[in-house]
Amino acid sequence: MTTAANARQFCTFLLEGLLFGVPASRVQEVLRSQEITPVPRAPRSVRGLINLRGEIVTAIDLRRRLGLPERTSQRPPFNVVLREEGAQVSLLVDEIGDVLDVDESAFERAPQTLQGPFRELVLGAYKLDARLLLVLDTDRATAPEHL
Amino acid sequence: MDRGPSQMVDEAVREFLIESCEALDLLDRELLALEKAPSSKNTLSSLFRAIHTIKGTAGCLGLSAIESLSHAGENLLVRARDGELLLTPPRIDGLLAMSDALRALLSSLEAGRDDGGVDQGATIERLTALAQEKIEPQGPQPVVANSPGAANEVQPAPANLEGQALAAEGSSLRVDVGLLDRLMNLIGELVLSRNQILQVRARLDDPGLNATSQRLNSITSQLQAIVMKTRMQPIGNVWSKLPRAVRDTAASLGKQAQLVLQGAETELDKTLLEAIKDPLTHLVRNAVDHGIEAPEVRAARGKPREGRIELKAWHEGGQVNLVLSDDGAGIEPGKLKAKAVAKGFLAADKAAKLSDREALALIFLPGFSTADKVSAVSGRGVGMDVVRTNVERIGGTVDVQSTPGAGTVFKIKIPLTLAIVPALIVGCGGERYAVPQLSLLEIVRLDRAQAERSVERIHDAQLFRLRGRLLPIVDLREVLGLAAAKERANLHVIVLQADGQKLGLLVDSIEDTVEIVVKPLGRHLKGVPLFAGATILGDGRTALIVDVRALAQSARLVDERHAAGAREPAPAEVESDRRAFLLCRASDQGRMAIPLGQVARLEEIAAGSIELVGGREVVQHRGDILPLVRISQALPERRTGERSVHAAQRKPEENLQVIVHDADGASVGLVVDSIDDILEASPHARRAATRHGVDYVAVIGDRITEVLDVGALCLAASQQALRELP
Repeated sequence: MTTAANARQFCTFLLEGLLFGVPASRVQEVLRSQEITPVPRAPRSVRGLINLRGEIVTAIDLRRRLGLPERTSQRPPFNVVLREEGAQVSLLVDEIGDVLDVDESAFERAPQTLQGPFRELVLGAYKLDARLLLVLDTDRATAPEHL
Repeated sequence: MDRGPSQMVDEAVREFLIESCEALDLLDRELLALEKAPSSKNTLSSLFRAIHTIKGTAGCLGLSAIESLSHAGENLLVRARDGELLLTPPRIDGLLAMSDALRALLSSLEAGRDDGGVDQGATIERLTALAQEKIEPQGPQPVVANSPGAANEVQPAPANLEGQALAAEGSSLRVDVGLLDRLMNLIGELVLSRNQILQVRARLDDPGLNATSQRLNSITSQLQAIVMKTRMQPIGNVWSKLPRAVRDTAASLGKQAQLVLQGAETELDKTLLEAIKDPLTHLVRNAVDHGIEAPEVRAARGKPREGRIELKAWHEGGQVNLVLSDDGAGIEPGKLKAKAVAKGFLAADKAAKLSDREALALIFLPGFSTADKVSAVSGRGVGMDVVRTNVERIGGTVDVQSTPGAGTVFKIKIPLTLAIVPALIVGCGGERYAVPQLSLLEIVRLDRAQAERSVERIHDAQLFRLRGRLLPIVDLREVLGLAAAKERANLHVIVLQADGQKLGLLVDSIEDTVEIVVKPLGRHLKGVPLFAGATILGDGRTALIVDVRALAQSARLVDERHAAGAREPAPAEVESDRRAFLLCRASDQGRMAIPLGQVARLEEIAAGSIELVGGREVVQHRGDILPLVRISQALPERRTGERSVHAAQRKPEENLQVIVHDADGASVGLVVDSIDDILEASPHARRAATRHGVDYVAVIGDRITEVLDVGALCLAASQQALRELP
């Protein structure tokens, strides 16, 4: 967790208008929408499987994981493919943002008042000039959910 | 680590290997040339230089075996060069033998062993003897030369080895398993690419592409078969140490035991072989330690003093079966339960509820040990859970059955290979799924009329009548939790064999048969038991691979089967012993079963439609007259048990459950109160029937069940009808 908080460079993306970031070092690649094969009886946040150059990658719907409303936009989601040990994982997000360098001093831990999945999955926030960059706990966000 | 100098030495050795190989190739060629012109000075000088260089460099690198061998050859060549002796055919043979022996030393060196890996003393002696003989062209040949044994040992090398065959020892060579793994992965990718090309070909229909892709197809298949073969090894390879393990273990415990091995030639993938090595060794030791009793105890029990442990392996349905049985003390389920309670694994009330099978499964719990005394061999409770974990990690299963006093049987099933499997692609709910063909028996397509005739429903279970036999049906949509299909015009039933039992899988469509590469699912999907993995289809989309075994289990079939299974020593017996039963009830008659083979179909008949003809109840059905037999009446009363409500006294509007039985072309309807379930079971612990109309009493699905003698019941019913005629 501390490694994520100390990382300076973040790959950012949008979910429901909120700006999220994951350490750029954890991101393998960003892909436009991919064909997804659904997995019946899988946890709800698992949207299915994608074929990434011959490797099977599990696609996790970050909206569902965070308890956000379902995607209404006609635009298909983007894939943020994370480097993982063993099987790869892709996070489905609304839009891809820039890679941002952030100042360590601008970090604040998540307030205790956060509720639900946000409390569990958001490590804290960087106060950028115009908005907040929410730092996602990638380990927890990609941890298998209990069925 | 001081890598600098050692790297330099490595570099020097590698150079030496390459140079020496080239020199030996030259040596061979020149020696053969010398056979025609034995005294060519130029050739002799070049030979001498070659061997001298090898000797010198070997000396520098401290490779004494190579040095001394080439020294012996050099001595011979010096005398030949100086005209002191002639290179007769025996001498040339000797030098060729030296060349081969040097090659063996070099390849041993290349494989990372030192240069002393191959014994070269005989060759040196032979060379020394040859060098000391006088010039006698027809002189007596040295004893070793050209004798059959020597010819086998020292094969004349092919003229041109080109360095690449450096490691060749005869016709086989050592290959790193990691290399084979990578090769296998690449073949997997090639198979997928091939599949995609084949799909493109179907779309384009270009003659040139057709021919090329056909060629690609055939090469890929051959390549795949060969690579798979390189990875297969007989299971005997990991068995070789077991007899010793049994002997040593038995000796240290003061026991006598003998290990009988059968099916050592059974082949399976190297990786799997490695994975089962330790579990097997542990099980075998365990059998000696926990299973086989001390000789005096055995003698007292009327058994031979020497215990017998049998390990059998055979292929069956794309799997390897391993059965380890001993004729020892067996395992007392009660003892296990008590131990589990004492160790705090289980509450006493829970333990009491465990079936014998569940109790036996306790031995696989981590930290569970059953030996009263901890011995050096086992009993520390570190083994059985590891055995199970190791076997399950490679997609296998391990099962234990035991008869107290008579012995214990461990049954392990493992897949043949994990990498590439042929599969049937089926459509369901708009997606495609792969069903491994290993478990596929046949595919049946039914139009609606056929479906109406041959698919029956009991409660929520569907049955399919296949050539007169009833088969449980599982709807893939239902299992996957998908929306039920709208009226399907045609039914596609895949008949599968899962763990010794048959079932029909209902799917939306049958797409294709392809070879798939099994890719593991990510950790997020480990909790979804229905899939064995995923694969990538020809069009680049992923498809899930259905785990047929899990499918059957989710249909609550395999579990019951296991519960009923007792002792399964040989495959033939397993096959013949296993039968499917229809469980039914008739008023207070208790649990009854009819062998499914005797059931033609199931009907529901309105009680009001029953007519009496000649003292017998009949119904008109599908244009036929179906005589009815009420099981509760046809069965004689049991001595205890009181007959309560007569089925005949039921309200007329109620529907009757009828099991239709075909006897010599004539159908009879057996009326029961309810049809409960279908179970596959090997009816062990058979007891003779206690009343007429019952074939035998057996444990089916963990409970005592009367298996009906349908023929006798029908006969009894007709006789009773005759007696009751006015």
